[in-house]
Amino acid sequence: MNTDTTVANTKLTLPDFDKLLDALGAWVLAIVWISPLLFAAWAALQPSGTALGLDFSNPLTFVNFTYVWGAVPWGGYFANTVILVTLILAGQLVLCTLAGFAFARFEFKGRDTVFILVLLQLFILPEVLIVENYAIVSKLGLFDTALGIGLPYMASAFGIFLLRQAFKSVPVELEEAARIEGCSWMGVLWKVYVPAAKPVYLAYALVSIATHWNNFLWPLIVTNSPETRPLTVGLSLFGAPETGVDISVISAATIMTIAPLLIAFLIFQRQFIQAFLRAGIR
Amino acid sequence: MNEMARLQKRRLALYGWMLAAPALALMSLFAFYPAIATFWHSLFTRGTSRRPSVFAGFENYGDLFADPTFWTVATNNLIYAGVTIPVSIMFALVMALWANAHIPARSFVRSAYFTPTILPMIAAANLWLFFYTPDLGVIDQITGFFGASPTNWLGQPETALASVIIVTIWKEAGFFMIFYLAALQTIPPDLREAARIEGAGRWTYTRRVLLPLLMPTTIFVFVNAMINSVKLIDHLFILTKGGPNNASKLILYWVWEMAFAYFDSPHAAAMTILVLLALGLVAVAQFRLVEKRTHYR
Repeated sequence: MNTDTTVANTKLTLPDFDKLLDALGAWVLAIVWISPLLFAAWAALQPSGTALGLDFSNPLTFVNFTYVWGAVPWGGYFANTVILVTLILAGQLVLCTLAGFAFARFEFKGRDTVFILVLLQLFILPEVLIVENYAIVSKLGLFDTALGIGLPYMASAFGIFLLRQAFKSVPVELEEAARIEGCSWMGVLWKVYVPAAKPVYLAYALVSIATHWNNFLWPLIVTNSPETRPLTVGLSLFGAPETGVDISVISAATIMTIAPLLIAFLIFQRQFIQAFLRAGIR
Repeated sequence: MNEMARLQKRRLALYGWMLAAPALALMSLFAFYPAIATFWHSLFTRGTSRRPSVFAGFENYGDLFADPTFWTVATNNLIYAGVTIPVSIMFALVMALWANAHIPARSFVRSAYFTPTILPMIAAANLWLFFYTPDLGVIDQITGFFGASPTNWLGQPETALASVIIVTIWKEAGFFMIFYLAALQTIPPDLREAARIEGAGRWTYTRRVLLPLLMPTTIFVFVNAMINSVKLIDHLFILTKGGPNNASKLILYWVWEMAFAYFDSPHAAAMTILVLLALGLVAVAQFRLVEKRTHYR
């Protein structure tokens, strides 16, 4: 009897101690992981020049945000990014839907070879081909335009692959039913396949928006005016340390750049994580 | 009847091509053609207004191999890959195990790990400036508290690359975590129970049961991390610009610099081809690994 209770006791306390350690480790790592963001948020609210002192007695102020907003055409950068992201997403949705549909439901000569070529593009990163793509975009007269930034990303191999998978999993009976009711191929695509792939579209859209909101190297190369420059490029020009800009001001600019996406993420966390997950697993 | 079926089939084939054509055209223009054109241009000398560019064979590649900067940059990138890949994967696994455990405030923990994923690399670099600034930055404030003298983390060759590496790990670990998290959720809880009954401790369970089951995820994450070690260079523009004295310069940044700062596109093209070859090897390795895996099943 006596031994029984001690056994039960150790069984109860040991896992609890383990759990406590787990929780502690998880929390410490979580706090370390978001501390750069927290510090920046805090620094952005400090009067400039004082932030790095880590002096918590200073009053909070929005002066850095108003300064940044006035010093750079931030509203314009913001609009450019929104236009760019929308343009790319629209192009991707149309092109990848059509191509995904072709690879999923049509038989044509050379289809499988072409599809392997499409998959190959997953490994030819657009970032690597900057030299030649710059020449092409310039020749097309698209240098320093939103279309010039967006065009190389529109035929996304990844989008085609995802949508092909999604369309392939739609039961053929659904399609046949729609055809009996007199739907054309386009009607079938629009009424049967697109609605069935809704979650895939949502996931793909979220990942595309996040990717292109954050993209930097290619827009840096093909833009040279504030009229087309997206937020990330604007931020890099503004935040370079050698310009001698105060860290509070840089933090304010950084927070302003990431705020829209960050807020969207905090509201739709589950959808975002699901989207990245779904889009990642190829 | 037969004739009609044949006609129908041909019509469908035509539809298929028409549907795929716009995407294929753009893809050829911005991926296949540039890849080939890059190779072609890497075989020519740099043209100037006085001396037009001439065919040079593999001279540009020879120049690269003779350039000590090439070896510095390649070594840096190998170190960058060699550290960021295993360390991010380890962090990702630990994060996933914790984010999957029954702990209080689990969703806060999960989003704290994941948040860096949705930030632009440029913004991440700005956030980390706050840590690295000599004397005034967070790191120096902490080490200074213990009496250490201020360090110019980004400005000295010994620490510049490491500083860049830390930002990359911070950025990608949370992204890799979600794949482990998803994989962990498919592992039946009875396995842990069975292992416990067999007397396996937590460490044994992790090493002998969990890790092998997570192997496909690890391979997937590994390939992604490898691609990232070529791709993730945006933070260099803010943090170090590849310096000091090339100590933190990575390949893609060097390609950008050659092409757009020194206007030496033939050498940039040659370097690009070397990167594409490396990525091709990764692709082949991945396909082989996937094949092997299916053989086991």
